[in-house]
Parts: sequence; structure tokens; C-alpha cells
Amino acid sequence: MSDVRGASLLSAHPEHSAESPLSIHAMTVAYRRRPVLWDVDYDAPAGALVAIVGPNGAGKSTLIKACLGLVAMASGRVAFWGRPLREVRGRIGYVPQRESVDWEFPVSALDVVCMGRYRKIGWFRPVSRAHKEVARACLARVGMEEYASRQISQLSGGQQQRVFLARALAQEADLYFMDEPFAGVDAATERAIIEVLRELRSAGRTVICVHHDLATAREYFDHVMLLNMRVVAAGPVEEVLTAENLRKTYGGRLTLLSEVSEAVARGEGG
Amino acid sequence: MHAPPSLARTVDEIPTWQEVVETLLLRGGYNTTWVMIGTTLLGIAAGIIGVFALLRKRALVADALSHATLPGIALAFIVGTMLGVQSKSLPVLLLGAALSGVLGVVAIQALHRHPRVREDSAIAIVLSGFFGAGIVLLSVVQSMRSGSQGGLARFIYGQTAAMRHEDAIVMSVIAGLALVASLGLLKEFALVAFNEGFARVTGWPVTLIDIVMMGLIVLGVVAGLQAVGLILVVAMLIIPAASARFWTDRLRLLVLISAVIGGLCGYAGSATSALLPRKPAGSVIVLCGGALFFLSMLVAPRRGVLASIMRRIALRFRIARDHLLEQLHDLEQRDGRGTVIACRALADAMRERGWMGLQTRVFLGLLRLRGLIERRNGGVGLSERGRAIGARVARNHALWERYLIEYADIAPSHVDWTVDRVEHVLRDDVVRELERAIARTEAAR
Repeated sequence: MSDVRGASLLSAHPEHSAESPLSIHAMTVAYRRRPVLWDVDYDAPAGALVAIVGPNGAGKSTLIKACLGLVAMASGRVAFWGRPLREVRGRIGYVPQRESVDWEFPVSALDVVCMGRYRKIGWFRPVSRAHKEVARACLARVGMEEYASRQISQLSGGQQQRVFLARALAQEADLYFMDEPFAGVDAATERAIIEVLRELRSAGRTVICVHHDLATAREYFDHVMLLNMRVVAAGPVEEVLTAENLRKTYGGRLTLLSEVSEAVARGEGG
Repeated sequence: MHAPPSLARTVDEIPTWQEVVETLLLRGGYNTTWVMIGTTLLGIAAGIIGVFALLRKRALVADALSHATLPGIALAFIVGTMLGVQSKSLPVLLLGAALSGVLGVVAIQALHRHPRVREDSAIAIVLSGFFGAGIVLLSVVQSMRSGSQGGLARFIYGQTAAMRHEDAIVMSVIAGLALVASLGLLKEFALVAFNEGFARVTGWPVTLIDIVMMGLIVLGVVAGLQAVGLILVVAMLIIPAASARFWTDRLRLLVLISAVIGGLCGYAGSATSALLPRKPAGSVIVLCGGALFFLSMLVAPRRGVLASIMRRIALRFRIARDHLLEQLHDLEQRDGRGTVIACRALADAMRERGWMGLQTRVFLGLLRLRGLIERRNGGVGLSERGRAIGARVARNHALWERYLIEYADIAPSHVDWTVDRVEHVLRDDVVRELERAIARTEAAR
């Protein structure tokens, strides 16, 4: 009986496309019994910069953690280029939230970037010179080569964020997940990150970013997913970031409402 | 050698110099030598394993684990006696210890999984619960008629004197294992300890790596039971690593230094216990570790307490120097080259900044010694070098103030206060960046 129901439910949704780097299919995630994400369906376009935007607690980080298998799904399926995660791990890069690690850890900036090479290096073997050179080049791409041997607690917040980005670059992935890369960074870091994102896009890579700033979402990204527990709207920036969609996403919250209308006014004016 | 211990004698004889030297050179007799080698190796292994326990934030879990070994030891003894196995057989007892220690760790994880139980409570519950169960089981052992139960208490407080060379060999094997595993898996351990989520996403079997790491901790604890006892064995894991952390920011060096400190503790502790057999060896080992920790905390470069006091004094000195040179620079801008501040006015100004008379005199003496200021006409004026620095400080000051107003959205009324503190830590490259930024702003207008 349950089989029949399941089959009919699945057939209501489009099949996973092998072209899309990320297809999310009926994803529901719950912490204890409270649902955090409800029936999320999404196909990410290849070679685009995608922002996941929504209010605090909308489940933005949870969405990418569920895609990456870090959070268990209550139901749903995720496919990358039409294949399951375990077959494509080598093609996926990840920038976790900066606060998720202890920056007092006794490693240098270069050591952290080398972690992006560990999978290619394999068990038991130390990091070879060639891999270190790749890591160093990735640090240079984010403008951090002079800090390579600096202990990571001696870096500013923005520099730490750039080290994380360099580590993801060292993974040489085709699809990147970034959890709030712009949160609390200085202007120099913001420029460096956006520069790297554009490089990735012109190299045909796809980047999925959790992003909290509506004002810059329009400028930095091609596609937007508006998320508040469920997907409110998803697609090209100019189609999705409408006043109506934003109201549906952020609801009537006063402080946010002013921010939203401001962003809309700026966007429609320019 | 010492006379056999008697109950009447409660104070150790003071060993002769010859005994001391012979013991330290590992010539204190067959058994003593083996015990010293074994304990030293144990210290090295515990030092290495401890680094990962510390980095993975498992120090308290390791403590609970060691306490949770007690019921296993007692049960192994009871079961062994009932089955007629040689009940004092060390491998059987240590196997029991390892099993119940692992059970303790599993219990912590199971409790912690429940949302209402926090990890620290789970650890405390398991530690005390298992230890209590162990004490009860020990009393059962004591009421048994076999009469050979006396040996079990040594696992609580440790007793190196009871060790034989077979035990030392067991320790050496464990030390070797720990060495090979932690050097071979250094990068995997580091990755999981630093950023578990990233390790998972990149496809590393985090749980397996964690189990191996935990297995090493179990090995270290079980190996240390005899020498140090289950109450103190966690110190052998944690103290060397915590001490080593003061000396380096490099993982490889951290492992090396921690191993050396652990080895030193084991060596010194077992030598002491060989010379003074009435002193509990385990506690002596831990006290050696404590002393090394304290020393590291005090004198380590950069991270040590003394170093940070020195840094604070140096910063205070530098801020005062910059203030004075800038002040003199501004005066010269206004009243012409060679202007001086009268000594008395200067002392008053310094007092307002919280400097006492003697401190001010030392400060001025140092500045003169470095050729930054000169005494002229009953006052203090700039030297050629001091003039250059004063000009630089004034420029930095202006730039920073400008930056705060232009970029940082700080109300201008608050700026001066901020400037007085921060400007002194600005580096030259930051200054260059500021200059470019300000030049851009001005060009845009």
C-alpha cells in the first residue's frame, strides 16, 4: 500500500536531470519533530552562481548540509549530475561556516588549504611537495600567499574565510557549496571572494551559496532560491526577487520589511 | 638495594648519591631498569595519544573512560576466579578493564544522544556511576574466600613497584603501536579533529577514524593503569599535550614535544619511585607532569605568562613613546624646531596617564638611551631619530582617524578615544592600504 502511495508521489515530480549539477527531490528535514525544511524541490542550473536567501532559521544551512549528507533527511533524494553523493564526492567542494571550527587549532593557513588535497593524497601518505604547491597557488588566488605559514588564529576573520575558500579551490571541484562566505568579512575579503566566484563561473563551475544579504544578492548572483522552510521561488535573480516573493519569504516582520523594500527599490530603480 | 619494606617503616631512607646515579643510568637492578624503560615508553605513548585526545576535545571523556575500567577489572577477577583461571593474570584483568572502559564511552555517547542530557552531565554520570559500581564489585571481591584480592587496589592508585618486566614489554608494545598509528594517521586525525564536517563531505570515514583514535586512548589508559592507577592516568594523557601546546603552533612539533614531556615524566617518576619506594610512583609521575606544565605556562615564548606580561609592558612602553614623540612633533610644528617640554610638565602629563614618578624616569632614561630624545634647557626635546618617528606617528594617527570617519561608520565624537589605542598597533602595510583608500576617496570627489 505504501509503495503505491510512494510511487504516485514520486511521479508527480520531474525525474532527476543528468545535466543539473544538483537536483533536490522532495527533501524534508526535521530536527526532533519540528520540520525545518518541507518538501524542497530544486534543480540548480549548471555554471551559475546561485544564492540561497531567506530569513534567519529558514533552513538555508540545513539545506546544504542535507545535500552533503551532514544532516539526515526525513525523506527525499538528492542527486548530483543524476548520480548519488557517494559516487561524486571528488567533484564537490565545501566551504563550511567559519564559526564551525576551532581556530586555535595548531595548523598554519597552508596546512588548512592542504586539507582540500587530502582526498587526492589518500590514506597514510604525507602531503607531497606537488600538493603543497597546488595549495599555495590556491592561497594566491584569494590573495593570501604571504600568510601561508601563519598560524590560523593569527588571521583576521576575513582572512580565515579566504583560507576556507582556498581550501575549497584546492579540491578542484565542479560544484561548490558555501555556507555564508560573506558573513562578517571585510571589504577586501568580499572583493576577493566575489572575484573567485566569477572565475569559477567562467570556468563552468556551479556555486551554491547561503547568503544573508538581499542587497548584494542581486549584484553577485545569477540565480536565487528564496527559502523559508519551503522554496518560495527559485530562478533567475530578476524574476525571483520581486516584492511579492520577498513578502512571502520574510512575512510581515517589521525590521526586515524595511530592508526588503529598500532592496527592491534599489533593484527596480537601477 | 633497599631492605624489604616493613610496616614499621613509614619513612623512606634517603638514597646515597651512588644509588641515585646508578638508578638514573638504568643500572638500578634488572627489575628497576625494566620498569623505568616501560614507564618512560608509556609516558611517550601517552604524550602522543594525548595530543589527539586534547585536539578532539576528549580530555574529560578519557577521564571517564579510565574510571569506567574499575568494574571491568573487578568483574574480570571474579569471573576469572570462578572459572579457575589464574585470577591475577594481568592480560585477563586488562581485557576486562578495556571492555568496561569502552562500554563507558559508549554509554556517554548514548546518554549524550538524548536531547535532555548535555555532554558534561553524561560524562559525570558515567564516570561516577561506573566507578561506584567498581567499588561495590571490589567489596564483593574482598568478601570472596580466595584471599588474593589485595592486588586489585593497585589499579586504583598505581604501583610501579609491583610491575615486572613482562608488564614493561606490554607497555613497550603499546607505545610502539601508538607511535606508528599516530604518525601514520597524523593527517587523518588532524582533519577530523579540526573540521569533522569537511572530512565527511570529502568522503573520509569519520566514524572509523574516531574509533581508531578512541581505541588508542583506551590502549593508553589500560597500559597506564598499573603504573599510575585509574584515577590519575588521564593526567599522563592530557598534561604533556597541554604543556606542549604552550611551546608550538605546529602539529608535528606538538606531537614531538608532548612525547618528550611524557617520556620525561615517566622516567623521572619511575626513578623516584625506585629510589623512594614508599612514595606512590603514579602521583610522582603526575606531579612531574604538573611541574613541567607550570613551567611551560610560565616561561614559554609567545604563549607563556611571562611572555605575555613582557608584551604588555612593551606595548605600554611603545604607546607612551609614541605619545611623547607625537606631542613633541606637534610642538615643533607649532613653535619651531628644537622646542622642549619642561621635565616637570612632562612628569605631570605622564602621571595623568597612570605612570608613577619612578616609571617615568626609567621610561625617559630608556628613550634617551635609544637616542630618541635629548635633554635641552631643563626640558626634553626630539633627537634627529625621534623627530622622524614622531612625524611617522603623527601621520599614522591622522590616517587612522580619517579611516574611522570615512569607512567605519563610527561617530566622529568617539574617534579620538579609539585612535589613542589602536593607532599604535597599525602595521606599515595597513597604513599603505589606508593611504591608497583615502587617495581614492579624494580622487572620486
